Amino acid sequence: MILLLLIAFLMLGGLIAWVSERLGPQWPRWIALGTTVVSLCTIGLDTIPHLFGDVVPSSNPWLREFTVPWIPRFGIGLHLAMDGLGFLLIVLTLTLGIVAAIASWTEITSGIGFFHFNLLWVLAGIAGVFVAMDLFLFFVFWELMLVPMYLLISIWGHERRSYAATKFFLFTQAGGLLMLISILALSIVHYRQTGVTTFDYAVLLGTSLPPETEFWLMLGFFAAFAVKLPAVPLHPWLPDAHTEAPTGGSIILAGILLKTGAYGMLRFAIPLFPNASETFAIVAMTLGVVGILYGALLAFAQTDFKRLVAYSSVTHLGFVLLGIYAGTLHAREGAIMAMIAHGLSTGALFMIAGVLQERLRTRDMRRMGGLWPVVPKLSGVTLVFSMASLGIPGLANFIGEFLVLLGTYRVNIPLAVLATIGVVGAALYSLILIQRTFHGENTENWKVPDLRGVQFATLGSMILVSLTLGLYPQPLLKISKPAVARIQTWGSPPPAQETSAVPEKDVSDRATPSPPDR
Amino acid sequence: MPVHDIIALLPALILAGGTLVVVLGAAWNCSHGMASRTTAISQVLALTSLSLASSVIPRPVTSLLLVDEFTLFYTALILIGGLGVSLLSQGYLDGTLDRHNEYYALILLASLGGLVLVMSVHGASFFLGLELLSVSLYVLLAYRRDEPRALEAGIKYLLLSAAASAFVLFGFALLYFSSGELAFAAMQPSLTKAGRTVFLVGLALILTGIGFKLAVVPFHLWAADVFQGSPLPVTAFIATISKIAVVGLLLRALVHTGGSADEAVIATLGILAVASMFLGNLLALLQENVKRLLAYSSIAHLGYLLVAVVAGGALGAEAVGFYVAAYMVTMLGIFGVLMLLSRPSMEAEQVEDLAGLLWRDPLVGAIWVIAVLSLAGVPLTAGFVIKFYVVVAGLSSDRWLLVLFFVVNSVIGLFYYLKLIRIVLVRESGSSERPMHAMIPRWNWSDGFVLASLILAIIGLGVYPIPFIDVIEQAAAVLPIGTD
Repeated sequence: MILLLLIAFLMLGGLIAWVSERLGPQWPRWIALGTTVVSLCTIGLDTIPHLFGDVVPSSNPWLREFTVPWIPRFGIGLHLAMDGLGFLLIVLTLTLGIVAAIASWTEITSGIGFFHFNLLWVLAGIAGVFVAMDLFLFFVFWELMLVPMYLLISIWGHERRSYAATKFFLFTQAGGLLMLISILALSIVHYRQTGVTTFDYAVLLGTSLPPETEFWLMLGFFAAFAVKLPAVPLHPWLPDAHTEAPTGGSIILAGILLKTGAYGMLRFAIPLFPNASETFAIVAMTLGVVGILYGALLAFAQTDFKRLVAYSSVTHLGFVLLGIYAGTLHAREGAIMAMIAHGLSTGALFMIAGVLQERLRTRDMRRMGGLWPVVPKLSGVTLVFSMASLGIPGLANFIGEFLVLLGTYRVNIPLAVLATIGVVGAALYSLILIQRTFHGENTENWKVPDLRGVQFATLGSMILVSLTLGLYPQPLLKISKPAVARIQTWGSPPPAQETSAVPEKDVSDRATPSPPDR
Repeated sequence: MPVHDIIALLPALILAGGTLVVVLGAAWNCSHGMASRTTAISQVLALTSLSLASSVIPRPVTSLLLVDEFTLFYTALILIGGLGVSLLSQGYLDGTLDRHNEYYALILLASLGGLVLVMSVHGASFFLGLELLSVSLYVLLAYRRDEPRALEAGIKYLLLSAAASAFVLFGFALLYFSSGELAFAAMQPSLTKAGRTVFLVGLALILTGIGFKLAVVPFHLWAADVFQGSPLPVTAFIATISKIAVVGLLLRALVHTGGSADEAVIATLGILAVASMFLGNLLALLQENVKRLLAYSSIAHLGYLLVAVVAGGALGAEAVGFYVAAYMVTMLGIFGVLMLLSRPSMEAEQVEDLAGLLWRDPLVGAIWVIAVLSLAGVPLTAGFVIKFYVVVAGLSSDRWLLVLFFVVNSVIGLFYYLKLIRIVLVRESGSSERPMHAMIPRWNWSDGFVLASLILAIIGLGVYPIPFIDVIEQAAAVLPIGTD
């Protein structure tokens, strides 16, 4: 019930924020902020005691579950459920929602009510994606988060917003429709086998498919998720959408929207089609590695601050893709860690980009330079987050990427080696970002105010979270572990048979990072 | 004629009576408001009489007409659509010409033609209904007789429609030649007989006529010009009600004659569907005029609809039923907004006329956005359920290729639907080149009522379609679909 309430509350908050614009420009902002904060606190207080108590029975994998029929004619139900993975992503969603609301505080000056309406509805759609356990419902949320995001980009975006928004919408819609065919085909195959029409995840999990059908259906799902993730040949929408979106939109887009792709693979593509996914794993892993290297290369070549960060997302999500399809427990745990860490670090970097743009009216790094003495606080914070993005030990991103590499190494050594080279690439573009923006000559004589208190506090607390996760990742790994383990029991045995239980326990329980292998 | 027959035909009889009253009203010089109210009242009466009629069904009335759940469902759609159009017309027509009795009388007559179409199970009644509908439309299309483009639209439709009617007649002649029957159900045996070539040619000719009415490729040539030239309410009528009536007839005729089980017929329909989807969508991409764009969009939509027809079976019939209903409310919503924006002197038809609508009038803007999203098939709107239905129907009859084409076209369609949405989001730019075109919508209570119910219907059908699906299921169940 709480899950339904959460989504309804976000939607309701959006409507109120829109209407409240009549009362004054501050109202929508406060309402959006209040809605996200209250949602976060509620879901946190409601769930955290269950996570760390030992009440979780192994028979019911869900922490929270809610189900009522919706369209019984087709066996469609409002089936919402949340496990550790879903919980982590919901928390990330709401956290970044708060960050986005704060980042938009001074940036959005027109259409304030409608902006916050869209912001909250995107969050509602994404939260829905993370808890929907009915494939039809999942698809509805999947599409639902698209429309407000489209509006955010195309109304409040930068110069080439129409182009970017259209591209974003078309790519994701095309992928989504392929997934729709797969969903419906899966349900029809299930109907022909059992005579029961259903879209329920738990029921469809057991469907046995002929290998060829399974492969094509898996490909439909994979296409949708790979567009969102984005995996390399399907990524062209990303740099445009991220660059042209308003700050709040970029934070949501990079921080959580991309994660829906990774989540979809973990939750749907692999468990529903385990055999096909296993055959396909090597292709997906290769795509991941290509993404890591290609993204790093392109990020290095950018002159636009936001575009650089956008391409860095391609790299980081390449790690996630690699980890998910490597199939070992470590790799998948690492992928989840990397998702969370990337959400924080990239969200922060986009917020910084927004702050810079608001002050300098440009995102062109060729015109920046020498800003460190001008805005010392901002510069320091940026340094921390680009170090995070670079994967320096001590911050959350390191744990994720390290675990992914570790897990991949056991499955495929050449790919692991290539992916490690990508880490060097990350160092290159992160350092160039700092160097071009904050070091060197202040050629244009910028004199701008530093971070305001609220912004500094927001970014500061994000650093704290990232540091905590980097130094003590155990709680997060513990929360996500049952979900990851279940993916492997649901599917076929993981590709890496040589992974024995003992060293697994040993490594994943390690609280502090081991010496870097680079 | 037994009293039960009269009860079964009551909706049609009330419409006919209403037409007479409206025409007679002209003799007493009654006002525009009076005429429009009489029209609305007779439509509402006809709607309420449906509940009476539903107590005596299924009932064949002579060998020409059949009243059953299927008929009543389509009748209700036509009446509701007609009510919407006539209510929206009032605000639109106010101040154009001084007298409007004939306009409303023709709207009623055209609806009556639609009713006859969906009731008919016989070649003669089919043709009667078709002509009643078409002849009323000739006049309605050219209703603004001072407007050259309207006259052009009227003439164009008249010529092509007359040709289509000739095809239909010739087709029936051939059918009669090979089977000796004109009732749909009686023709079935000759479809499977040895010498069925003549019969198939006849069917093909009839399909040509039907294809013309539905404006599917390659019989679509009139659509864009007619949509553009005719007055907005009439365009809305042609885009929705006249097509719904013909679709109802097509479905019934296919099932009764056994055409839906015939590979040749189905293959032909499949080709028409694919051609309409692709050509409609691709041509819509090039349009700058909203009415022309909607014309091509509706060509594409009829292509999608044919996918459901081709899929066949009970699920296909159900999909078609949902499709026409959802398509009707969506299209009427879109045309309703355009009518609100139009002035007697000038129609809102260029894409730029809509610029910044969301900021000028948030309510109308929001209605527009929701209606276009529904046309594009986004979840939580009626348009998405359509998409769902078409794919389910297509996949359950294993028509993978058609479904794939459908999906590809949905993506192509997004290009221009997004254009329609983007334009209303544009902020007022400093360079106001066309200040005259910054149209402000004007509301009156009937427009508000109609648009509010349309939007509620679009969202209601999208969010909680179950009650409606139950109705359609019943309506589709009465079709004698063979279990194959």
